[in-house]
Amino acid sequence: MNTHTPGEASMARTVLVTGVSGHIGARVAIALTADPEIDRVIGVDTAPPPSPAGEDGAVLGRTEFVRVALRSPDLVQVIRDADVDTVVHLSLVSGPGGGRPAMKEHNVIGTMQLLAACQRSATVRRVVVRSTTAVYGSSPHAPAVFTEDTEPVEVSHSGYARDATEVETYVRGFARRRPDVTTTTLRFATFMGPGVDSPLTSYFSQPVLPTVLGFDPRLQFVHEDDAVEVLCRTAGADHPGVFNVAGDGVLLLSQCARRTGRPVIPMPSPAFRFVSGLARGARLVDFSPEQLALMSHGRAVDTTRLAAELGWRPKYSTAAAFDDFLRSRGGPGDLPRALVDWLADFVRPIS
Amino acid sequence: MDDFQGRRTGESASERMGEGTDGSAGGSTDGSAGGSTADERLAELFAFLRRRVTGEYEVDEFGFDPELNEKVLLEALRPLYRRWFRTETLGLGNVPADRGALIVANHSGTLPVDALMLQVAVHDELGRPLRLLGAHLVYQLPVLGHLARKSGHTLACPEDADRLLRKGEVVGVFPEGFKGIGKPFSERYRLQRFGRGGFVASAIRAGVPIIPCTIVGAEEIYPKIGDIPALARLLGLPYLPITPLFPWLGPLGLLPLPSKWLIEFGEPIRTDEYAPEEADDPMVVFDLTDHVRETVQRQLDALRLRRGPAFPPIVL
Repeated sequence: MNTHTPGEASMARTVLVTGVSGHIGARVAIALTADPEIDRVIGVDTAPPPSPAGEDGAVLGRTEFVRVALRSPDLVQVIRDADVDTVVHLSLVSGPGGGRPAMKEHNVIGTMQLLAACQRSATVRRVVVRSTTAVYGSSPHAPAVFTEDTEPVEVSHSGYARDATEVETYVRGFARRRPDVTTTTLRFATFMGPGVDSPLTSYFSQPVLPTVLGFDPRLQFVHEDDAVEVLCRTAGADHPGVFNVAGDGVLLLSQCARRTGRPVIPMPSPAFRFVSGLARGARLVDFSPEQLALMSHGRAVDTTRLAAELGWRPKYSTAAAFDDFLRSRGGPGDLPRALVDWLADFVRPIS
Repeated sequence: MDDFQGRRTGESASERMGEGTDGSAGGSTDGSAGGSTADERLAELFAFLRRRVTGEYEVDEFGFDPELNEKVLLEALRPLYRRWFRTETLGLGNVPADRGALIVANHSGTLPVDALMLQVAVHDELGRPLRLLGAHLVYQLPVLGHLARKSGHTLACPEDADRLLRKGEVVGVFPEGFKGIGKPFSERYRLQRFGRGGFVASAIRAGVPIIPCTIVGAEEIYPKIGDIPALARLLGLPYLPITPLFPWLGPLGLLPLPSKWLIEFGEPIRTDEYAPEEADDPMVVFDLTDHVRETVQRQLDALRLRRGPAFPPIVL
């Protein structure tokens, strides 16, 4: 399938990317500026992008950065003045860094404001919203594999997943009121890759990995390259609807841990909660309540709808995405494998 | 269990009651590989260990780990299947070799040992993994729920059933549920009510045959002669059984009695004559459910007669 609808090529195109100071946001903005059919990329965020010391070099490339909060009226101004035709909304905060009320204010109220601005705009024709597979929850009573139509068994009462659910509700409302605007909701699995900094990547970077005793959740990752690719494709052409985005296959937590080569400490669920509370206090790993549920019950989603719509599959499977992440962090520890090899050498001469 | 290293003597199983419970011992390669030398077997064992410690193995989207299932979990069950219950299978040809099918079986025995033995039968005699649809309770429990997933099973819900059948898997279901497995010994071999027929709807939607399956022998392993409902409620269990050995003998009471087992797969009941939409027609679903239930009951009565006494005369 072609990324660009013909017919549109003559129009000057301007894309607005929110959450551009995040890793994925910055990469999407840079990728979009490289697209010859897009004239302007405007990146907005509450904080400026990190200093150019990173590997990205010129931070945001040709992207015009505007420092503005989603919930401020300035955003409406930006959309109106720049004749924005595509909005890529990536600004979803997953951890309550500045406290839960601020997080909710940013995620939910921010999205409402952004959509309100889009609804007023005469130029916006396409809205792409980042959501998360966390909206399905993690429960032993849910189907093993979620499709986009699966209703969550229990509605999440906690932070991130609840915010994402509410955001999706507003997006549906917006799509109803502006049927002429194409809206795409992308439910991403956990981002994984060399540049990703998330609670799960910091978890897997710990020297020992606490797990919940008696539970071995199924995890699914999407590689950052694939996430950027999907966002660019949906920003470039009309793909209306809700789509799960995840690498093929699943990894069990035990499998991930073995791939890291690090020791695992299984502990009863209350102890695990206590330890993750400590880790949170020490700013090591910031696990939210829905991530704690994920570490017990896991989650897997079906991605056939996205593959059919885009005619494209993620390049990295869940396992490949995780291995790429491990390579970037100095590769897996080799002790267990060496131990087996040593044992094999030790036993062979005897037999 | 001391006995899966290849002792194949035909002595009566009742004479050696192994007591260990796990004994799985990291997937020792059984004689089934056939003809390989000790060196090759050792090399294979280390290759297996290497894959396991480095996490380089595949798990499907339901969490099914075929290697662990084959080499460790089933290996631990095989002595029970072969020696303890001396299980025999009939009608293996009725299960499709490479297409999806829904096996519908009777459920009994207080603990779901029949599910485990059916799993061994389908895997070892037919060479196909059995994907059972289990009760919510199983998936709430810490270790058990995740072991069940690793050995290929999942929660009994229409989404998972449809998905597995669409993938062409052999799916197994016990429509009696707790009513069947927890019924008193006096009602043995009497089929209980068949849930709401959700399994029939799934088979119609997928157009796969329903294989009526009967398991004779499980009824006698833990004869349930009483129940402690108050304690069961307290523990959140559907029932807390009293058997001739449990709770009187403590953990030893968990030893299943060595009844003789027969597992029969009956003539497939076709569902591809229905249009997939008819899965939403309750009348069609009710009628087919009744038909399946009657078939299983008839087959069960015949198979029970065929087996004769549950225990060899020496034991009783």
